Amino acid sequence: MKRYSAFAIAKNAVNYHRGWERAWAKPEPKPEYDAIIIGAGGHGLATAYYLGKNYGITNVAIVEKGWLGGGNTGRNTTIIRSNYLQDPSAAIYEKARSLYETMSQDLNYNVMFSPRGVMMLAQTEHEVRGYQRTAHANALQGVETKFISPQRVKQLCPIIELSGPRFPVLGALWQPRGGTARHDAVAWGYARACSDMGMDVIQQCEVTGITQSGGQVTGIETTKGVMKTKKLGIVVAGNSGHLADMGGFRLPLESVSLQALVSEPVKPCMDVVVMANTVHGYMSQSDKGEMVIGGGTDGFNSYTQRGSFHHLEETVRALIETFPMVSRLKMLRHWGGIVDVTGDRSPIISKTPLGGCFINCGWGTGGFKAIPGSGWAMAELMSTGETQGLAAEFGLNRFQEGRFIDESVAAGVAH
Amino acid sequence: MLHLTCPNCGQMVDETDLHAGGQAHITRHGAGASDADFEDYLFMRKNPKGVHFERWRHVYGCGKWFHAARCTTTLQVFGTYSAQTLTPPKPLITKIKKLRPEWEGFEK
Amino acid sequence: MSTRLPQGGRLIDRKSALEFNWNGTRLMGYAGDTLASALLANNQTLIGRSFKYHRPRGILASGPEEPNALVGLGQGASFEPNQRTTTTELFTDLSATSQNAWPSVHFDIMGFNRILSRVFPAGFYYKTFLFPRFAWKHLFEPVIRRAAGLGAAPKTPDADRYEYFYATVDMLIIGGGIAGLAAALRAGRAGARVLLLEQTAHWGGRAPVDGAEINGAAAQDWINTTLAELDGMPNVTLKNRTMGAGVYDHGWATGYERLTDHAPKAAGPRHRLWRIRAKRIISATGAVERPLSFAGNDIPGVMLASAVRDYLINYATSCGDRLVLATNNDDGYRTALAQHAAGLTVAAVIDARASAAGDLPQQVRALGIPVHTGRAIAAAKGNKYLKAVTICAQAGEGAVLETIPCDVLAMSGGWSPIVHLWSHCGGKLHWDATQAMFRPDPMRPPLGADGTGFVHVAGSANGHLDAASVLKDGFDIGTLATKEAGFKAGPALKDMATSTPEHPIEPIWQMPQGMGPKKQMKTFLDYQNDVKVSDVRLAAREGYESVEHTKRYTTLGMATDQGKLSNINGLAILADSLNAEIPDVGTTTFRPPYHPISMGSIAGDARGELFKPVRQSPIHNWIADNGGFFEPVADWRRPYCYQRTDESVSEAVTREILNTRKNIGLLDASTLGKIIVKGPDAGRFMDMMYTNMMSTLKVGKCRYGLMCTENGFLSDDGVVARLDSDTFLCHTTSGGSDRIHAWMEEWLQTEWWDWQVYTANVTEQYAQIAVVGPKARHLLEKLGGMDVSGENLPFMGFLDGEIGGIKARAFRISFSGELSYEIAVPASDGQAFWDMCIEAGAEFGLQPYGTECLHVMRAEKGFIMIGDETDGTVIPQDLGLSWAISKKKEDFLGKRAQLRPHMQDPDRWRLVGLRPVNDGEIIPDGAYAVDGTIRENGVKNMIGRVTSTYYSPTLGHGIAMGLVQNGPERMGEQIDFPTLDGKMIRATICDPVFYDPEGALQNV
Repeated sequence: MKRYSAFAIAKNAVNYHRGWERAWAKPEPKPEYDAIIIGAGGHGLATAYYLGKNYGITNVAIVEKGWLGGGNTGRNTTIIRSNYLQDPSAAIYEKARSLYETMSQDLNYNVMFSPRGVMMLAQTEHEVRGYQRTAHANALQGVETKFISPQRVKQLCPIIELSGPRFPVLGALWQPRGGTARHDAVAWGYARACSDMGMDVIQQCEVTGITQSGGQVTGIETTKGVMKTKKLGIVVAGNSGHLADMGGFRLPLESVSLQALVSEPVKPCMDVVVMANTVHGYMSQSDKGEMVIGGGTDGFNSYTQRGSFHHLEETVRALIETFPMVSRLKMLRHWGGIVDVTGDRSPIISKTPLGGCFINCGWGTGGFKAIPGSGWAMAELMSTGETQGLAAEFGLNRFQEGRFIDESVAAGVAH
Repeated sequence: MLHLTCPNCGQMVDETDLHAGGQAHITRHGAGASDADFEDYLFMRKNPKGVHFERWRHVYGCGKWFHAARCTTTLQVFGTYSAQTLTPPKPLITKIKKLRPEWEGFEK
Repeated sequence: MSTRLPQGGRLIDRKSALEFNWNGTRLMGYAGDTLASALLANNQTLIGRSFKYHRPRGILASGPEEPNALVGLGQGASFEPNQRTTTTELFTDLSATSQNAWPSVHFDIMGFNRILSRVFPAGFYYKTFLFPRFAWKHLFEPVIRRAAGLGAAPKTPDADRYEYFYATVDMLIIGGGIAGLAAALRAGRAGARVLLLEQTAHWGGRAPVDGAEINGAAAQDWINTTLAELDGMPNVTLKNRTMGAGVYDHGWATGYERLTDHAPKAAGPRHRLWRIRAKRIISATGAVERPLSFAGNDIPGVMLASAVRDYLINYATSCGDRLVLATNNDDGYRTALAQHAAGLTVAAVIDARASAAGDLPQQVRALGIPVHTGRAIAAAKGNKYLKAVTICAQAGEGAVLETIPCDVLAMSGGWSPIVHLWSHCGGKLHWDATQAMFRPDPMRPPLGADGTGFVHVAGSANGHLDAASVLKDGFDIGTLATKEAGFKAGPALKDMATSTPEHPIEPIWQMPQGMGPKKQMKTFLDYQNDVKVSDVRLAAREGYESVEHTKRYTTLGMATDQGKLSNINGLAILADSLNAEIPDVGTTTFRPPYHPISMGSIAGDARGELFKPVRQSPIHNWIADNGGFFEPVADWRRPYCYQRTDESVSEAVTREILNTRKNIGLLDASTLGKIIVKGPDAGRFMDMMYTNMMSTLKVGKCRYGLMCTENGFLSDDGVVARLDSDTFLCHTTSGGSDRIHAWMEEWLQTEWWDWQVYTANVTEQYAQIAVVGPKARHLLEKLGGMDVSGENLPFMGFLDGEIGGIKARAFRISFSGELSYEIAVPASDGQAFWDMCIEAGAEFGLQPYGTECLHVMRAEKGFIMIGDETDGTVIPQDLGLSWAISKKKEDFLGKRAQLRPHMQDPDRWRLVGLRPVNDGEIIPDGAYAVDGTIRENGVKNMIGRVTSTYYSPTLGHGIAMGLVQNGPERMGEQIDFPTLDGKMIRATICDPVFYDPEGALQNV
């Protein structure tokens, strides 16, 4: 792999940039792999990357029915934070956040991680107490957050209206090292690094069956032929239920549409990410200048990647209450993604009833920020076969045991 | 913006007047249920790509619950019917089979 | 130079001249002008700067597809960035400024970027700025961010109003050209309710500009007649200045009406968002002309051929004295004819096709205009203004044959149907190789609720480019949709359109065909985002082969025009790079809205006080007038305390607590939920809903009850009163009434529908006023009425009767530990009862108190609060409430869940009292307790947390409740709570009931 750098760009400029090679190879499938990951989104590619990097397993295929990074990795609002309340969540999201800090250098691909700070507004007394609780928990968990005053909120984000008639801003939970990253680049960077390790990223390859023998997985059937493996990772977000069917097991998941929108680009006016959970809205400004806005989920199952307009109305109203200037911006585009939501709205990184088959799903509305941590934990699980480390608490068995990881305690909305 | 007929009051209703209630025809497993049955009842959902039976409440209207058969990929609505039933009505099943020959049929 | 012509202009009114401001200069235009036409008429051709390289940008188009000529419009609270000059109607004193240029559009510092364009290819961000690590955040990103963005961000709240409008129609027709009018005529005559939207101020679309005839007369005549007829139909609504913005599932659509953008001083809302439900939708949205891809095709003065002709014919504005036309089709020649007819020069026509033998080229030749076939533009020359073009063979690599001086270059690369509305909800496209366009595939329409297609496309949007077939298609599709909507279509319409026949287009995706890398770097596909042919080819070479990858890697089509002009051209280059067919590469997804719409219109009038209306108790206004310091509680407002002018909030709370414990406090408890459960099976139902045994509750008695979710977690609590043998009154928390009522209904309707039970949420039917304190009984006795003695109305009993002449129900329940009555009176009598208490209570020292006083008093008594002690993860057993969980009942909601291993875990955190060792200290809200050990993963081990913490004025020290591992077994032990400022507060584990543990005071 030729390394990327300013020098390489200058060198290629001489030749009108005709010398750049493919970022990732376009391989034909091999008959057998040491491990196969289904799903070349951020989580699947990160799983493969850490299988190679941390465990030296590089005879790996990542199969993708569409194009890599084309699911929720490329459809989200790119917020990265780890100010979670419950211990298992804080651990995995903080691991992810810390990996984001060095991702550009690790992958030799600029993912534009921008630790600009994330604030979650407290707009009721109840929320104030909730975020104070999170701040206390985070302090013990090693996650740097603090509860800040309305004046500090205004200082960090001058376009906020503190004294809205309905929900005044009473303070905020502030994570200075949270931020955003360029979502597509995360998938592309991992794909390039995986390809460089000799892994096969196989796009336009739909899995049509999972083969098994004596309760152990033996391989997959795809539109590009049969591939054998003894270790299979299913990392397909909204399509998890479909794949689980093929594997002969069920999941506590429902797939719903989550919406987002962007405004037309304007000059920089907001340097931080703001989430307002009471009024259900969150917003940041991209490096291109668009205001990136997250909406809500539909209440009904859907695989359409589009959603109902009224959720956008609610989101936009909430944002105008919080940021009055938004009213004079224009909506450029809105879209939906299919998110898979579990019974406690926390993810599943787990063994399955099928031996050798592992599942990573249920990230719901908050998966992007977790990508490196999720891949790290899934790789650990797949290589050792044992539920330990970061993934330990995210097993499928927790639903039967009643051992939930419920984050709605602190923030009851899409994130 | 879905548009469903509330079978209780006969009106065509906008999604904004409705509350979605998830999968229909789930058997309640209460005291005395096995671990597996109870987990199934609370958490395991069909989540199909295709024909789905689900619950809705006409919350800003007659206030009554009803069931709908709907496709989760095209959002086609095959029909709505009373919530006071244990299985979808036969004519509805027949209609769906005709429209979707590949459908494996209703399974509780 | 561009200028106003002495006569003509079908849309302008020369009698009405208007002045406006452009970059601080006063200019003149006419009513009917767009800002673009007025600027061109004043020879203003340099409008702004592009996104990445800050290249000079002029007006390219004449409609919403304009990617270049975006300006900041208005000032202060009316400022709006990124307004298209082409869709902005001119008005007196309009004020517009260039964007993305500093210090001025003519001299832009960032313009040096274009010199560097060679080292800023697509995706260069991803490959560089990698070291050193901190530099991205502190150095590179801030610079890139400042350079990005287009217009300035508005700074002030919006001065304008917006509103919604709801419409339910049989047929929504979008587009008021001849196809849309024809379809509307068909549906309107059939009696269907029709809503016809046109995004501009004018009806008729391109037909009048392009010289079409209908029934042998000018198209405008037919348009006028048709409009008059439609206008006279009661079942037809015509809306101009209203854009079809988005099509959504089940026949839902949005329309974006711009009411006062063209007349900002007019009264009323600025925008109206139409929310439309239609049985059938016809998209008659026309087509958009494609630019040609040649070097320098972004220089101001290079324009779409159709736009040049629009400005000439509609606005009598010449875009240049000396025009060169570059085309690959016959339609472009209309521009040469129009330019010539206006008395201006056409220097040459450059037609990339091998031959141009159609009627239009022949007409052009007949005027003596040179037509060069098989030729291409080698390059457009100029910087801020076009000066000349060089000509080469289309087949070659670009060897220059000739240089032609000119100041406007009209280009036509063919037309693309506007298929957005067809595609928004899943309509599919097919590639028409003959016409080189994506057309809607009628076999794969977007599907409605009944599984049939609900969108049709008519006219140019459907791939018909000549007037005759556009009109016919309008009638045909109108007929089809009319029938589908359930109407008889009536006799066919005989109107016929004619236009000059055209020879076929030859797809040309780059000019010349063999252009080298140097030219590719100067050939623009996306004008606003500065995406060039070289960028798309680079993306393909690097493996970004999917059209979505290419789009995201190069930002092609991601600008404010969303690729209206660039997508097809970019796609063709990508297909060529991959050696694939265009349809195999596919398109990116079309997402709503068709064209950006204001956020204001999306929010409508639900802002400020109307954002989320406040629920008000019957006492609300009195509270507001008497020092009530409100806090939001669910949708209500409740007074945190009643603050007097001479005291702080915390002093007020202390005063209220001490007074209530000594004299009488008065609490407005009207927000408490009140639900009636009635029927022969009510007892059985109550036993399922509550963990307690409710069926055994005696008539006239109250019982504190708990409700759990099926998942076992405590969800609500409150006092239940049995009104008669088959009637219960359930009190819920203030935030819980609607949720709990819905919860009850859900079970009754969907699980136990054979049980005979009714429920009614009567929360707002009653005012509920708590009279609390040792002297409470004195007050009620003074008011007179029912016997409220301890014998007649004992603790946990209730009575119906009258107090002070007002019909009342008095509950002997206490959330403070004091002697307490909660008096429910009809809501309409609430204020009168309150006033009576205030007046009569004065002699007993009565003072009203707020929610904080209530919280402190209940914490002193160790009573839990839903939302404080519970958070959705707490089961009643954690809170020492096992006494309220019936052991006798076979089942209740949550029972099975509480038997799961984790719920039975002896190590669960359980409720205790916590008393700071140092009396002056208060444990902070949300603090966690540690035991000094460190977990394997480096996290400090947590063994509990505080759930409620206050200073108790009654006891004179800090008190708290908390959940602690094995807490109840550790009474008397001390545990540590680290605070956020690095201190440690040590507290003793104790009984959570700090005040009157025997309960003697409330039971007198």
